[in-house]
Parts: sequence; structure tokens; C-alpha cells
Amino acid sequence: MRSRTFCFAALMIAGLLFESLRFLDNEYLFFAGYVVLQYVVLATAWNILGGYTGYVNFGTAAFFALGAYTSVALGKLATPPIPVLMLAAGAISAVVGLGMGYLTLRLRGVYFSIATLALAVVVQTFITNWDFVGGSRGAYTVRPASVPLLGSYVQYLFLIMLVLSVIALALAHAIEGSRLGYGFAAIRDDEAAAEASGVPTLRLKLVATTLSGALMGMAGAPLPYYVTYLDPASGFNLAYAVNSIAMPLIGGMTSWIGPLVGALLLGSVQQVATVSNWFGGHPEINLLIVGALLMLFVTTAPNGIVGLLGIQARRSARR
Amino acid sequence: MTAPLLEVEDVSKRFGGFTALDTINLEVAAGARLGLIGPNGSGKSTLVNCLCGTLRNDTGRVRFDGALMDGLSAHERTRLGMARSFQLPRPFTSLTVAENLRIPLLYTVGVRRGRHVPRAELVAREAELLGLVGLADKASRPPRDLSQVEMRKLELARAMAAEPKLLIADEAMAGLSNAEVDDILALLRRLNETGITIILIEHIMRAVMSFSDRLVVLVAGRKIADGLPDEVVRNPEVERAYLGE
Amino acid sequence: MLWDPQLLLNAIVSGLMLGGFYAAVTVGVSISFGMLDIVNIAHPAFIMLGSYVAYLLNSALGLDPILVGLIALPAFFLLGALVYQIYYVAFERRGQESLRGLAFFFGLLFISEVGLILAFGVDYRFVEASYIGPTYHLGFLDFPLRMLVPCAVSLALLGALQLYLSRTFLGRAIAAVSQDPQALRLMAANPTRVKRIAFALSIATASVAGALLIVIQPVEPSMGRDYIGRVFAICVLGGMGSFPGTLLAAVLLGVVESITSTFYGPSWSPAVAFGFLLLTLALRPAGILGR
Repeated sequence: MRSRTFCFAALMIAGLLFESLRFLDNEYLFFAGYVVLQYVVLATAWNILGGYTGYVNFGTAAFFALGAYTSVALGKLATPPIPVLMLAAGAISAVVGLGMGYLTLRLRGVYFSIATLALAVVVQTFITNWDFVGGSRGAYTVRPASVPLLGSYVQYLFLIMLVLSVIALALAHAIEGSRLGYGFAAIRDDEAAAEASGVPTLRLKLVATTLSGALMGMAGAPLPYYVTYLDPASGFNLAYAVNSIAMPLIGGMTSWIGPLVGALLLGSVQQVATVSNWFGGHPEINLLIVGALLMLFVTTAPNGIVGLLGIQARRSARR
Repeated sequence: MTAPLLEVEDVSKRFGGFTALDTINLEVAAGARLGLIGPNGSGKSTLVNCLCGTLRNDTGRVRFDGALMDGLSAHERTRLGMARSFQLPRPFTSLTVAENLRIPLLYTVGVRRGRHVPRAELVAREAELLGLVGLADKASRPPRDLSQVEMRKLELARAMAAEPKLLIADEAMAGLSNAEVDDILALLRRLNETGITIILIEHIMRAVMSFSDRLVVLVAGRKIADGLPDEVVRNPEVERAYLGE
Repeated sequence: MLWDPQLLLNAIVSGLMLGGFYAAVTVGVSISFGMLDIVNIAHPAFIMLGSYVAYLLNSALGLDPILVGLIALPAFFLLGALVYQIYYVAFERRGQESLRGLAFFFGLLFISEVGLILAFGVDYRFVEASYIGPTYHLGFLDFPLRMLVPCAVSLALLGALQLYLSRTFLGRAIAAVSQDPQALRLMAANPTRVKRIAFALSIATASVAGALLIVIQPVEPSMGRDYIGRVFAICVLGGMGSFPGTLLAAVLLGVVESITSTFYGPSWSPAVAFGFLLLTLALRPAGILGR
């Protein structure tokens, strides 16, 4: 019941947002908004595995870029519509997530995390050596000039990412209150005790890994159309890995709200910083700050912004 | 003669060069009340871990309810009817006390039935179990608000929530007052009367002696005694293990 | 598939020397992860730092890079002690190492890479030393000095560490702290202090390893990432804290990488390390509680 109301509310808000942006009629807002929404999906996807289940994935870039390059590869064979590309990308990333999980999730969480880091490097190596998708030289994608009904193609991309965000958030929200969510929480809190209580930990971890990977892949699928030129260096940019960890961590990992808050906050700030040229030609400072914030929050405020606000709320209620 | 509920055959477990369990043989009849005692480090918890699947035994076989446990993971064994409490309490810290019991209700009881347990029943069962161990007023608190003693009771309640055929209570009474020990013993006796087999691992001798209908002694990974409590306690080797020479 | 025997033998020789170097890179993680169970995935970042320090002093003062690595040892030691202190206060003391500790070190890894990019840019940096150019020839076998010297220094480093750990009180305390902190307390040694010294030691090795790296090849900031897979693959395969095991595993990886690189191209090397990592993880016996 709650899930249905949530979906309804989310779609209403999304629709409202979209129409307001169209009213403002500034193409740039759609450009920037796409990136922020992309991070909403990535952060939410990461949190399903990281926040709910407690397994840290350092290789967001691997799943994300796999999605993007699935688009590139399929785009060379035919021109399927983006939703189809997203399904394909999601499927491939899901399979990779499942495979890697199957190999490494039986062991301690740290081995899984290290493996994800190595996975990102390996997938990047394979893609860089694969000439069909351009290898290290990169690949060009033609962005259609317009789209029926909406007109602007960029608005279309924004809308797609908006819908994907709603799907990701609805999924995260649905998991939280469900039997699956309880299982995830038990695994995160104490895996051995969870097993002893009947939780099929390996199976649930694989579910989390697969869902997380699939969402990340789907988020990557429209990327070639957004950037029009894609090369491994940008596809596997470390920014994706850091942001998808920093945003849930800073926002708060225990619920669906945290990644949303983190993504909206950090994503917007980074977009504004890039445009206003705060860092005078050194975009890396942007990332340096995200990294520093990550370390600050992980050492001092482990429950993120939502956690800090939650504590405040509890204190005021007691009065 | 009915087959024993639990059969442990030649089970050994090594950690590197250290032998934690050395060829353990044990049979536990259905409905029994088995006491397992031994000095610290004698391998009691290792044995429990091997029985429940948390650790894999190096040699030997474990048979439960007629079925071979080889290769079965811990959660599969729990679903088949084996439940244990941990010696050092391991609560789910981000869940409330009542929700801690929900996990086995959802993932063991619900699975056995083949369909989801309705929410009303979950809440009722959680309240019932918490009442049995005296934690009813702490239902919506987080585990970190509990005292050590209360956490042990939660451990026991969580094992009970899995509706086991065999319940292994690993030092559930450490630190409890005399009255509390009696409460837990009474609870365990009631559970036993409903047909649940109990293995009680304890250092509190009076509890073990009054509760068990059979006593097993483990010393340095070996079983050195197995029989009626009164006889075992008079066994010279057992005396030596506990009192020294 | 016809592999030219001369090429193959040279690839093996090259791999042996590379492996020796890899052992120096990994030994720090053997200590921090193998013995102290601290998942310092940022170790490659300290290695890169070591490389750039060697670059700075070599280009500014003309000092021999390996000498710089040794001179900078105390500074890296102190840095390691500082990092451990933060880690301990924020995580270990509260018993919440795993997820947040990992995120912490990842943040460190990331910040250092970005910091190096800001400070030095993405161009390759190299050092000058008398032994970087020449090559010994033994028949058709080539022994480039720029690889032979680091390999020798690496072996010396490992030997010195092994001696330290087995002969001195502190060294044996370090070996003991992972197995039995209680016994250590009884011996009037503070486990936290011992762990801090051990971790500081592991970071100190990065000073030397980094200098060796930049002797072998020019460096650029993102290279650290390639070493994460290598280092942990070697550490796990080598049996975690064992130095002889680490050396063996490092040499094995070095040879396989070298052969792959010679016959299939250097861009495949990172994939080799990952393959090793997966293999070692699959072979390693461990349960959910496993250590």
C-alpha cells in the first residue's frame, strides 16, 4: 500500500519538476539536471548494496561504463530506442554483477570490495582494447536533433533519467519495508547471526549485487547520446566511483532518502562549481573536495545528513 | 528404537596446527536434555559451530533428523530445525529488539510454511517470545539499550523464534542472578516438555546438574565423559580436568 | 602459437626482476592487511607519493632516487603513524572497521591521486640515474639495470624486514599482535602502540618502493590504481603475512604478467592481476566468519 502511494507521489513530483523546467525554458538546466539525476540513480543503486547490505562496491564505474558501452556497441549494429538500450545495458551489467558476486561474496566483505576495484580496472582494460567500440580513441554517437512530442532531444534524455530515478527510488523504498529489506539489514548488522536465523545470505547478497549493477548499467546506457563522444577515460572516470560512495555516505545510508539528498546536494554543487568556474580551470579540485567530504563524514558523521537531522528530530520530540 | 535426533560421527576440526575438536562422537535422542560442559577453550563453541554449519568440520559427519548435514549452509540447517544462541550475543543492532525476532520468523518459520507470515501474527509472536524471556517492555528499543544480561535473553528468544526441533543454548546464563537462572531453566524445561531437544552449554554447575538428563564433558577437544550427570561428575578424569591434579 | 624461445626466456627474466620489485610494493600490505587486518587499499597511493618525492628531490637536487627513498623513510614512517592514529580513533576503537574503514582508505586513495594531478599534472615524470640506461647482457639474456637494481634493493628490503620481525622485541611483538593481543598485554607491550608502529612501518616501505617504481618506469598519478589488484592478489596468494610467500607470489605474478605483456601487449597487464586475484580468492578457504 505504501509503495503505491510512494510511486504516485514520486511521479507527481517528477512530472511537476519536468513541467517547471520546460516553463523556465533554459536548455542548460536540462543538461545539468541530467547529470544530477544520473547521480541520484547511481547513489541509490550503490546504496542498495552498500547501505542496506553493508558491502562496499568501489567499481561503480565498471557497471556504469558497461552500460554506456553496451549502448555504443548496439548503436553500431542498429539504432534501437533508448529504453531498449537501457534494458540491454541493465541485463549485461546485472549478469556481470551476478558473476562477480558469485565468485567473491562467499568470502569476507573486504575481498568483495577489493575485487570490485580490480574489476573496474579490468573492464576498462577490455574496453580500451576493443576496437569495435573505438578502443582508446573513443566513439562518436550522433545525437538526433529532435524527438516527436517533446522537441528537444536533451529534454528527452532528461525525462528518461527522471523516470529511471523514480524507478530506482521506488525500488529502494519498496525494499526497505519489505522482507527483503529485513534480510539485508540482518546481513549488514551481523552476517553470521543472520545465517543462523535462517537468512540465505549468499542468495540475498547476489540479489543486491544484481539489482545494484543493473540500475548502474541502465544509468549508463543514455550516456553516449548525452556526451556524443565517449572514450574510456571519461567513461571510467574515478568521479563516478567516488560520488556514488560519497553521496549515500554523506546523505545517509540507512534509507532511500539519504542517497537522494546526497546526490541532489553534491551533484548540484558540483554542477554549479563547474559552470561558475570556481576552481579556475582545475576541475579536479571539485573531486578533491568530494573526497575530503567523504573522509570527513565517514570519520565523524557515519549516519550522514539524514542521520544528523534524525538525531535532531528525536531530541526535539523528547521535549 | 527410534533413531537419535542428532548423530555426530568422528567430527574433527583443526585451525592451522591447533586441533580444536578431535574425533567427537555423540548421539542425542529426540526430547533429550543434554548438558555440555568443559573448561574454557575445550572446543564447546567450535562443536556448536560445526553442528550448525557456521564452520565446516574437517572430518566426520553430522546427521540431524536422519538427514546428512554435509555441505548444508547454516541457514539451511536452521530451516531444518537446528537453532542456536551465540555465546557472545550478536544482536542486529540497527533493528529494534522485536525486529530482531522478526528475522527468524520471516526467514525460517515463514519459509517452512511456504507462505508469508501476516504482519499481525509477526507482532503477536514477537510479543509472546519477548514475554517468555522477560523483555516485553523493551520491544521497541534498540539492542544497545539492553544490559548484557538482557542481550543474552534476546539471543535465546531469537533462537526460540526459529521454532527449532533442537535448541543449542551456548552459555545463555552467564552473568544472570540465581533467580534469573531459575527463570531461564524453567523456560527451557517448558520448551523441552513441548518436545524440543535442548543442548545446554554452561559453566553454572547447579543449572547443568538440575537440568540435564545426560552430561557430556569436553576437554582439549576430546570427549572424556558421556553419561548420567551423577556418574559423570564422579568420574576421576572429569574431576582432574576441573580441579587439576 | 610459436613463441620465440629467446623472447620467452627474456620475458621470464624480466618477469623475475619485476616480481622482485612487486614484492617490495606488496610487503607493506603484507604487514597492514596480512598481519594487522587493516584493509589499506590506499597503499598504492603512498607508493605513488614515494615516487613523486623521489622525482622532486632527484630533479631539484640531483640525488639518487633510491637514496631519496631511504632518506624519506622517517617522514613516511611518521605519516603512517598519523594515518593509523586517525584510523584507530575513528574506527578501530569503536569496532566498526569494515565498511567505513574501507571508505576512509578509498577516500585517501582518491584524494592523493587527485592531489598529485593538481600538483604535477598528468604528464609522465621520470628520474635520472646512472643505472637507468645500461643493460647487462648474458648471452641473449638482457638484464636492464633499471630493473635489476630495484629487484636487488627490494630483496634487501624484504630481508631486512624479515630479520627485524624475527630478531627484535618490537618485531616479534608485531608478529604476535595479530594473533594474541592479550598475551601481548601480559608482556607489558601496548597492542595499540605496537600496531601503530607496524602500520607506520608498512607505510615507510612505500617510500622505498615508490622510489624503485620511478626507476623502473616513468610515473603518472593514475598508476596507483593498477597496483591495487596486484598488491592484494600477491598478498592473499602469498599467505597474508608471510614474507617468503609474498616473494614467491610476487615473482609468479611478475613472470605471468611479463609473458602476457611480451606476447599479447602491455595493455593487458591489469587484467592478469585481476585474474590472479579471482583465482586466489576462489582457492582460498574461508567461511563467512573466515579469516
